[in-house]
Amino acid sequence: MPSLPTSIDETASLLAKADYVAGRDLSTVLFLALRMGRPLFLEGEAGVGKTEIAKVLSATLGRPLIRLQCYEGLDIASAVYEWNTMAQMVEIRLAEATGDIDRASLGSDLFSERFLIARPILEAVRPQVGGAPILLIDELDRTDEAFEAYLLEVLSDFQVTIPEFGTIKAGEPPIVIITSNRTREIHDALKRRCLYHWVDYPSAGNELEILRRKVPHVPEKLSREIVAFVQALRGEDLFKAPGVAETLDWATALTELDAVALDPALVSDTLGVLLKYQDDIARLSGSEAKRIIDNVRAGVDAAT
Amino acid sequence: MPPPDDLQPGRLADNIAYFARCLREVGMPIGPASVLDAIRAVEAAGLGAREDFYWTLHCVFVTRHEQSLLFRQAFDLFWRKRALTEKLIAMMSPVAASLKEKDKPKAGSQRVNDAFYKEPPRQREEERLVEFDAKLTMSEREVLKDKDFAQMTSAEIAAAQREMARLRLPFDQVRTRRLVAGGDTVIDLRRTLRASMRSGGNLIDIACRRPGQKHPPIVALCDISGSMADYSRLFLHFLHAISEKGRRVHAFVFATRLTDITRALRARDPDEALERAARDVKDWDGGTRISHCLERFNKDWSRRVLGQGALVLLITDGLERQVDTVLARELDRLHRSCRRLIWLNPLLRFDAFEARAAGIKAMLPHVDEFRTIHNLRSMGDLVKALDRSADAAADPRAWLRKAG
Repeated sequence: MPSLPTSIDETASLLAKADYVAGRDLSTVLFLALRMGRPLFLEGEAGVGKTEIAKVLSATLGRPLIRLQCYEGLDIASAVYEWNTMAQMVEIRLAEATGDIDRASLGSDLFSERFLIARPILEAVRPQVGGAPILLIDELDRTDEAFEAYLLEVLSDFQVTIPEFGTIKAGEPPIVIITSNRTREIHDALKRRCLYHWVDYPSAGNELEILRRKVPHVPEKLSREIVAFVQALRGEDLFKAPGVAETLDWATALTELDAVALDPALVSDTLGVLLKYQDDIARLSGSEAKRIIDNVRAGVDAAT
Repeated sequence: MPPPDDLQPGRLADNIAYFARCLREVGMPIGPASVLDAIRAVEAAGLGAREDFYWTLHCVFVTRHEQSLLFRQAFDLFWRKRALTEKLIAMMSPVAASLKEKDKPKAGSQRVNDAFYKEPPRQREEERLVEFDAKLTMSEREVLKDKDFAQMTSAEIAAAQREMARLRLPFDQVRTRRLVAGGDTVIDLRRTLRASMRSGGNLIDIACRRPGQKHPPIVALCDISGSMADYSRLFLHFLHAISEKGRRVHAFVFATRLTDITRALRARDPDEALERAARDVKDWDGGTRISHCLERFNKDWSRRVLGQGALVLLITDGLERQVDTVLARELDRLHRSCRRLIWLNPLLRFDAFEARAAGIKAMLPHVDEFRTIHNLRSMGDLVKALDRSADAAADPRAWLRKAG
């Protein structure tokens, strides 16, 4: 198992090794989160690569990744632990059948580790074979405030309390990455336990680098045009600006169509890959797309 | 950051603490624990490039994206020159602080009357009237209920505010996806088993779970342009009163631009809450740009605050000068992204009101309910209506039919 990075530079090269193109800001907070053993709270628009960070960490550090995908109605039974009630009932029936019902021992038997089903959070605080795992709590903003409050104990003490069983404390705290798309505000009490970072859209240079690494077969000139176009789109007043994931999808789509350069008709036909709101697509179709393409082309030509 | 040779041992921790105080001064909520964290973080990261130092402090002190800009400015100013740092420290020393406090009276002591009503000479007389109003008789309270907000005296407004605080919110609730104990929807095996253990393992009662209930958030968009001036302040009191009662309320005000005042309204004291809101808002009594403000709300906020089945209260007279397709389109989008859209319009108080203005005509087809809100009685009606599904009398189509 590779050891944790010991400096910001090492963290940066760790990310680069896994083809994750990150700014100095992200390397710094990531290093601090690892060094200080604090959860990392990543906020940002959808598709900027927040979840990817956890995956990259898991791959480069050789740790298991435990993912808790949050949704409305997520409760302790699906996030933390559950009792295997069916097995418990069978146990009771067996005890009845053999006739030796000792209430005290049956009680302690029934609520033992044998009948405990671990869900992601309990899994993450239990000792793991490959060292402390990466716990990804994805899209925390989708759960309700009650669940957020529950997490406070987990995140500050890395322990889970089960009433019938006792408290289970992590020997080595998991590396926790929390992401949020900001569909609602997360309470300050939770943020205070974490290191906070806003993951922004990448700069043009970084985005070009991402494109080169992730979709290597796109012609260089087209890559430049794609990145310049997407960057220009982010400056427009849209409902949802395209994320990095959309840029990669679009680049793949354009190469599938054997495109070598952007032209208005091609852009109009494939806008659905980049933009996910009808209003945005309607605005960009036709002359608006042509205007941006002309600007982009002028910029790319000037640069090369 | 000061250059390393400038740095005496121990000074860095002090400087970070002063920096935290500086950030607190500009309004970022930073507790002592964060200061300790910051020092530990700097120790962990080591003293390297200025940029690393910046991001180290950033990830500890900044907890929301909006604070980044403020942090950048404070950082650039604070960690530039030593002389300047010391000047700043001196500025924040206890002596300077107490001097500053003297010329800035506390929010609670400065009543909203002083801040908002422009006739200071009558004030003393009004204060006496307020005391008298505290003992309103039943019939006086009835009169107050029907009095138009626009015609109220300051004393009556004060009494109206107290009435508002007394409003009982209905149990407008929506089902949650999370199950709670009770009912007979889903068998709760875990609780059943635990209960049965008390009797030695004999299964007796089947415990069940059912979907829980909770109040949906209320999102209020309140017009504070000149034509609404008589009403908007009382609406803000109304919003403050309902957010006090444990409801999740997101409040926005708009005239020529949209301002989020949710945080300001969280102050417990209504006077302080309104004063904070007034500080945030730059366009009181300005002109109206409803379509522009709705567009901004839809683009910047709707996904952040309308996610959980929110109820939207749109409080405006609908008198938009520039009516084009944008207004209808934006309202339509707003309507489609919330659970219920109620338009509160004080103009409706006139019996002869007809939906003739182009702005009103464009907006009406996209709301679920169209109500007046010009006095305490209509406010009470609204509160009662919040837990009913659409009211036939408030159906916007009725007004459109009248308008032809």
